[in-house]
Amino acid sequence: MDDVVAISGLVKTFGRTRALDGLDLSVRRGEVHGFLGPNGAGKSTTIRVLLGLLRADAGQVRLFGADPWRDAAALHRRLAYVPGDVNLWPNLTGGEVIDLLGKLRGGLDETRRAALMERFELDPTKKGRAYSKGNRQKVALVAALSSDVEFLMLDEPTSGLDPLMEAVFTECVDEFKQGGGTVLLSSHILAEVERLCDRVSIVRNGATVETGTMAQLRHLTRTSVRAEVDRRPQGLEQIAEVHNLVVEDHRVEFEVDSDRLGAALEAVTAAGVRTLTSQPPTLEELFLRHYGDRVEQHEAE
Amino acid sequence: MPASTVGGRVLIAAFVRRDRWMVVWFTIGVTILFWAQAYSVDGLYRTRAEFDRAAASMDHNTAFIAMAGPARALNTTGGQVTWQASAFGAIAVALMVMFMIGRHTRAEEESGRDELVRSGVVGRLAPMVAAYVVACGASLVVGLGVTISLVAYGLGAAGAIALGLGLFLCGTAFGAIALVAAQLTSSTRAAYGITGAVIGATYALRAIGDVGNGALSWLSPIGWYQAMHAYSGERWWPAALLAVLSIVGVVLAVALFRHRDVGAGLWPDRPGPSRAGAGLASSFGLAWQLQRGSLFGWAAGLFLGGVAYGTIGDDVKSLIGDSSFAKDVFSTGGPDIVDSFYAASALMLALVACGFAIASALRPRAEESAGHVEPLLSTGLGRGRWLGGHLLIAGAGTVLALTLSGLGLGVGFALVTGDSGRVGPFTWAALSLAPAVLLLAAIAVLLYGALPQWASLAWLPLVFCVVVMMFGAALRFPSWIMGVSPFRHLSSVPADPENWAHFATVLALAVVVGVAGVFTFDRRDVH
Repeated sequence: MDDVVAISGLVKTFGRTRALDGLDLSVRRGEVHGFLGPNGAGKSTTIRVLLGLLRADAGQVRLFGADPWRDAAALHRRLAYVPGDVNLWPNLTGGEVIDLLGKLRGGLDETRRAALMERFELDPTKKGRAYSKGNRQKVALVAALSSDVEFLMLDEPTSGLDPLMEAVFTECVDEFKQGGGTVLLSSHILAEVERLCDRVSIVRNGATVETGTMAQLRHLTRTSVRAEVDRRPQGLEQIAEVHNLVVEDHRVEFEVDSDRLGAALEAVTAAGVRTLTSQPPTLEELFLRHYGDRVEQHEAE
Repeated sequence: MPASTVGGRVLIAAFVRRDRWMVVWFTIGVTILFWAQAYSVDGLYRTRAEFDRAAASMDHNTAFIAMAGPARALNTTGGQVTWQASAFGAIAVALMVMFMIGRHTRAEEESGRDELVRSGVVGRLAPMVAAYVVACGASLVVGLGVTISLVAYGLGAAGAIALGLGLFLCGTAFGAIALVAAQLTSSTRAAYGITGAVIGATYALRAIGDVGNGALSWLSPIGWYQAMHAYSGERWWPAALLAVLSIVGVVLAVALFRHRDVGAGLWPDRPGPSRAGAGLASSFGLAWQLQRGSLFGWAAGLFLGGVAYGTIGDDVKSLIGDSSFAKDVFSTGGPDIVDSFYAASALMLALVACGFAIASALRPRAEESAGHVEPLLSTGLGRGRWLGGHLLIAGAGTVLALTLSGLGLGVGFALVTGDSGRVGPFTWAALSLAPAVLLLAAIAVLLYGALPQWASLAWLPLVFCVVVMMFGAALRFPSWIMGVSPFRHLSSVPADPENWAHFATVLALAVVVGVAGVFTFDRRDVH
């Protein structure tokens, strides 16, 4: 049993809204799993079900092979959670909150706590109401990362962090993974997911639409190519998988489905390449393809 | 419109929308407070002689005067209404404007919503001015409700106008005080605390003044309101004092506002401890830290309230001797009039203690809607333990508050009479009501567990019990309705012997309902 999280066919409704509609998700031990989707796709709802805060209406949910609703407290000793929107008690300081959450989880690592405090440049003596959003986020991150757990559930954890702190966060997640930890990272920041994640699941309208390694997902994407050439390239128009072709004097620009990249490049090299830049597909594009067609559908309706 | 209040009109409309039900309920409540006095006084005293006798017995009772106000024209319906309702009506209006001003100014700044509003085309002063205008408007509505209801009842117009106008001006004056308090600290709770303390102090000042030579009453806005002498030769100039206080308060608040940053208080935040102390080592420790301030406040208030009743001493004999009014309210049918009076006093204090019990039982709901529960329950903390921590404080706090209120009765009694033998019985008198108080708290827990969005309905049973206790006899409710109040099933100790079977039954019911609440909470979605 090497899946830390195993969800299949998860359904959760709130009144008439179907927040989760047959969602599948599996997170393997030792991997950093990206959980991608636009706002309202059901990412946070899924995480709350995994935390045993919400009860699943239908489907199978297993966390460490157990039922997260029934065994919530016992399972929580093995995981730490960072919400996307951290609310602190207005009259407790950040340091007090970190200690309280740590104690409730069963203790925290003092050296790591001190080191993280340093790295995130967090002032632990401020009261909850005085923290900015980014600093509230840091309180939750320090509380989670300084505890001794095997699984991190992070729900858009870097919202409000500046780029320097995001870099610190990335380092910390890497270190956690080196130590054998498992991470579920929900996000809509694609660069973050690309940098950190081994596998990705994409959700939309409460269901998983795609899941796989970064390499597998790239098959679904397009590479963009930009080149300066000696003469007008021939035959590019004939390749059906070439899109958005622009040819201007000695410049050529297009996107091509990744599995036909070779054929397209042949046509370009035949025209005498002076310079060539090629951009690997980004999750951004992947994202746009999955949610872009929804936009088209809406327009068609 | 000057640049500093641009956008005020839009804000006023928005605030009115948010506050409309609060204003409606306060208006109905305060109007009933005044109107019901007239109705019950006229119902109680059938003959002129009876009325005069009762009035004479109240005239010199210092405890009643300290509680209600200067005794004037007590042998008239209007005089009775003014005496019994004016101080409490003023406090109700003061609390209403305190909450309205607080939620639209400091609470908005604390939550950060104010920033969003101010990023629009909104003048610097617009939010506070709009909040004040809406609070004044609400006070006006309450004042009109009282005036119209009393005129419609058939009492004289001049007195009705004095009572209504005075209430309106109390609203503007305490609204200005709340506006000043909102400038001082960055915490909404602290702002409520400051305003609440001022309201308490003004009530206490006039109590001391009314009992003594009256000088201190002139330091109190509530005293000014009562100095308008509604239904006993109205005079209007004290109203000007209230108006002046309102203006001075608003000017001061604006001046303070100009000297501070939006979002900050005039008193800066001090840094706190960087590590959690030993007290914050568990979810119970957290619940204690969150609730102890409120518990201390209620416990101290109930103790002092007990002492105040206690100092009436055995004076109750002369008071109740031939007054059917007092008999109706205080007599519980026991043989000893002093014991009956203190059994009734303990009941009143227990109803006040319900305020703590229900508020404390609803604290978990406030925590949940503030988003504080999710991070806690994502640790090794189980739901039952989390809720249990809060409920332990609600339960033990209720017992503590009741014990202190009864102790206060006994101590006050001993201070005046030198007889300390009643301390024990009076303490038990209050404690013996604990099952009913706990039952009301348990209903709050069950609502929170089963129907969290309706949890504030938990206050309705308390309103019902208060109405039964205050007006049940006067309005001749059928006994099956009165019997719904759990307090009716507990013995009037020390007037009657303890009925242990009833005590145990109500207590068991409280436990069952409370456990059902925890059980339902364990099975529902947490947000």
